[in-house]
Amino acid sequence: MEVKIKSMKYEDFKDNEYIENLVEQLRAGGTNIIVGKLDQLMNWGVSNSLWPLCFGTSCCAIEFMCLGAARYDMARYGFEVARNSPRQADYIMCQGTINYRMAPALKRLYEQMAEPKYVIACGSCTVSGGPFKNSYCVVKGVNEIIPVDVYLPGCPPRPEAFFYALMQLQRKIKVQKYFGGVNRKEKLEGLKYDGKVLQEEAK
Amino acid sequence: MADIQEKITQLCLQAQVDTTGEFPMVTVDDAQWHDLARALKEQLHYDVLSAVVGMDWTEALGCVYYLTNTSTHELLHVKVATADRENPRLHSVVDLWPVANFQEREVYDFFGIVFIGHPDMRRMFLRTDWVGYPLRKDYDPASNPLRLDDETNEDYTCRWVEDEQGNVKKIDGKVFEDDEYVVNVGPQHPSTHGVMRYRASLDGEIVKKIDVVSGYIHRGIEKLCENLTYPQMLLYTERMDYMAAHINRHCMCMCVEKALGLEVPRRAELIRLMMDELMRLSSHLLSYGCLTMDQGATTAFFYGFRERELIYDIFDRTCGARMSMSYSTIGGVVADVHEDFIKDVRHACDVIEKNLAEYHKLFTGNVIAVNRMTGVGILTKQEAIAYDITGPSGRASGWHCDVRKTNPYSLYNEFDFDEVTYEHGDSMDRYMVRMREMEQCIKILRQACDKLEAEGIQGEYCAAKVPKVMKLPAGHWYQQVEASRGAFGVYIESDGGTKPVRVHFQSPCYNLIGVVDLTCKDNMIADLITITASLDFVIPDIDR
Amino acid sequence: MFDFGTVTRWLDELLNSVMPAWLTTTIECVLVAVGLLVAYSLIAMFYIFYERKVCGWIQCRLGPMRVGKWGLLQVFADVIKILQKELITLWHTDKFLFKLAPYLVLIASMLTFACLPWGKGLQIVDMNIGVFFIIAVSSIGVLGILLAGWASNSKYTLIGAMRSGAQMISYELSCGISILTIVCLAGTMSITGIVEAQADGWFLFKGHLPAILAFIIYMIAANAENNRGPFDLPEAEHELTAGYHTEYSGIHFGFFYLAEYLNLFIVSGIATLLFLGGWMPLHIPGWEGFNHVMDFIPSVVWFLGKAFFITFIFFWIRWSFPRVRIDQMLALEWRYLMPIGLVNLVVMAIIVTQGWYFGA
Repeated sequence: MEVKIKSMKYEDFKDNEYIENLVEQLRAGGTNIIVGKLDQLMNWGVSNSLWPLCFGTSCCAIEFMCLGAARYDMARYGFEVARNSPRQADYIMCQGTINYRMAPALKRLYEQMAEPKYVIACGSCTVSGGPFKNSYCVVKGVNEIIPVDVYLPGCPPRPEAFFYALMQLQRKIKVQKYFGGVNRKEKLEGLKYDGKVLQEEAK
Repeated sequence: MADIQEKITQLCLQAQVDTTGEFPMVTVDDAQWHDLARALKEQLHYDVLSAVVGMDWTEALGCVYYLTNTSTHELLHVKVATADRENPRLHSVVDLWPVANFQEREVYDFFGIVFIGHPDMRRMFLRTDWVGYPLRKDYDPASNPLRLDDETNEDYTCRWVEDEQGNVKKIDGKVFEDDEYVVNVGPQHPSTHGVMRYRASLDGEIVKKIDVVSGYIHRGIEKLCENLTYPQMLLYTERMDYMAAHINRHCMCMCVEKALGLEVPRRAELIRLMMDELMRLSSHLLSYGCLTMDQGATTAFFYGFRERELIYDIFDRTCGARMSMSYSTIGGVVADVHEDFIKDVRHACDVIEKNLAEYHKLFTGNVIAVNRMTGVGILTKQEAIAYDITGPSGRASGWHCDVRKTNPYSLYNEFDFDEVTYEHGDSMDRYMVRMREMEQCIKILRQACDKLEAEGIQGEYCAAKVPKVMKLPAGHWYQQVEASRGAFGVYIESDGGTKPVRVHFQSPCYNLIGVVDLTCKDNMIADLITITASLDFVIPDIDR
Repeated sequence: MFDFGTVTRWLDELLNSVMPAWLTTTIECVLVAVGLLVAYSLIAMFYIFYERKVCGWIQCRLGPMRVGKWGLLQVFADVIKILQKELITLWHTDKFLFKLAPYLVLIASMLTFACLPWGKGLQIVDMNIGVFFIIAVSSIGVLGILLAGWASNSKYTLIGAMRSGAQMISYELSCGISILTIVCLAGTMSITGIVEAQADGWFLFKGHLPAILAFIIYMIAANAENNRGPFDLPEAEHELTAGYHTEYSGIHFGFFYLAEYLNLFIVSGIATLLFLGGWMPLHIPGWEGFNHVMDFIPSVVWFLGKAFFITFIFFWIRWSFPRVRIDQMLALEWRYLMPIGLVNLVVMAIIVTQGWYFGA
């Protein structure tokens, strides 16, 4: 099934196979038509109203500001309502390196957010540790501490890339099941590091 | 040079002075260090402590202090070492130069050197439960795995004092009293400009004390550099103060070039200089935007960003990147500028000059803005010097500290521009210095455009020939430039190999957080935001 | 001019003719409530869209564009999103008060909203103390905000709530005094009465300097009562993250958000009713032809048009001014606005007793 969004042509996305596989997995059991329609309505609402949490740690945050400014203007997509309180935000755009001191704070911020919540790992540092991978106190990718929906490489990514990542997130939301079981719980289980595991390792 | 040698030996007989290097180098024992420091400050006017570089020479631990003379702008460095690796102790100089407060805490954090007489010996960047000292050569990275349990608040502090018999003992203290209303600002807070954290003790709306907790973006750049070759290291300079990416990189390049004795082609140097000024312009536009947004004038923020896009376009066309351009390289620049470069720069200058008037109309004269900023967060000239607040914030206090004027580097002495200074050192002045400095940037850029047109041909070779394997001769080098937020310094110590023994970045923003408590005390919470915005620091530059 | 009263009276008679009186009243109440809720939510949603567009325009941006034509469906997407967001309940909070607070804010704004006459005869009840009622019920909102800040058990929300309490209670005085000035001129507290007194000229033009002064004071005070820039201290984003509603998620936050915009409509509406003639068309004495044309425009359009215009001024102020500090804000009220307002009231009383106003 093609997952289309209005803002960009389907063929222009690079990873259509991934999203098609995802759809097949999610739709494997079949869907009730009423639930399906309701899902579509919900997903239309959620995907078009993504409010970011202001969480900029370094350079990527400046590019994110450019995204809000006049030339790129993310308000066009309705992304501009940046909330400062995690309770009211829909996705956390992790911009910049996360180090050992910040990691618990990031984890806590993620837990403070209300469901449904999404994460975009933005910039090389959050994807993998980037140029600081060898450092003694840098987390090697935020996917070790929180589940990531979209990875956005670049150092820092260009504003166009930010839009691409946001549209990918929109596509992912479009296929999610809202009423027929949410596909979020499995994600948390797949996490490499949990607080407990780490404490045990430390011992 | 010989003169200084004489003077210092007069002050302290045991001090050895070496004048063969770039700057005079004094080696002194810890026992005499504090007295010598006092004499240097009081008699020879070394008023500014520019940098404290912690060192691990394997056989000894110690510090290299960089002192600047405010009247002659001469640099002097002092080496103090201790052979005791188990309980390394040095005497603190906080009582002479308050800037040493945070600098020495950094050294304690990285090397475990305890400073006797320091009022607040806590870790600066690393977690409170961190094991070991990461910048020591024998540090084991496996000793500190990633932990996701919350860090405990550091409510207790300690200091070491020495009594008359020379016995050192530890005294515990408290950061906040039990009945204080402590509000936690950050690390994720919209107006800390990143991941800074303050713990502010409040009395109603009045701020009584601020405890700065830093290190939420500490990435260990200095340690990383020790395992990289010199051209590889350049990458990190751009990721510290990303709003002065090019300037920092320029500084690093100059430092290595100085060590290698390389001559940079004039055209390349001109291009670097122009890029520096464009970067400064973009940085000041951002700081204007952030200051206005922190005070609630969101529209002004967007106006600032509108013009920044023009500058980003120039970077984009020349270097292929908008922010971290990686354009300077050791020996010159990576490639020549885009053919429309001069035209673009002139256009950007015209547009920004015109729009600066609009900014003033929108914000500067606004009665609310004037009331919010005038007389708020005053930093006197003496305080600015004592805390080594350089850059626009220092100049707002009336200190002439522009490195472009005091120690001209690159081609700055060929240019006609003014050093903008104000008198009162309040938030309004800090804001105005930046606004006026933008005019000076435009002035420099226009002159540079003319010079670049006259100089060389488009597409000419823009970098000096550099050896394939870069080995810096044994010794140490220090280079300062005027970054957009103050004097940025690079310290490299080499043992003659391809990799440095120690790299230290003296970041202007690190000193700025030292005055947050001083300037915000007895002001309101809203003023805390105004003051920190007017000091305009970039957090990754603080934490490195 | 078309009188909506004829429609309602006809409906009332129709219902009464077929069913007993108690049933009629019940049905009418339900109809009114449904109409009110629909109008309430539509106006709030329109205002959110309106602000985003105006803000974009002021900041050289476009505002919402992609969701629906010109982004018209943007707010609907937001509403769906916010309806299905998780409601987070916190430990160590007073759960009852925590949940009550958003409803209090909502109820306060809805009660006030219900009093506004939208057009000729298009009003729920015309009370003889209408203005008084509006002032009274609109103050319930501050209770909700204080409770929200207190019940969240967070230092930030508490500071936000305390600021809000200080601010709203102070500025309510100025607001009330400037409204009183107009009541003095109109000689009645009934809102319909005030509007009808402006048939031959709006009070802003009719009442000389005191009316203009009262208008200015009202605009400043209303802006402050709404917690909007430059007086948005209770939710000062850059100081207190999100102020008193920091801990609210989902639709509870949505209620605060809706109420904020609705309050904006209400203060604009009151300004329209008191100073700009409410639903009265613009009449210029002597220009008979022009006045006749103006009469053809329905009264609802007049009312909404004027209210939206006033709101535009509020947006304009919000997006151009920096935020004031708490002490400056209180000084502005107690040292300047209140004394000026009081003197203004006395002057107005003299003018009215001497009959010096236009059209006396």
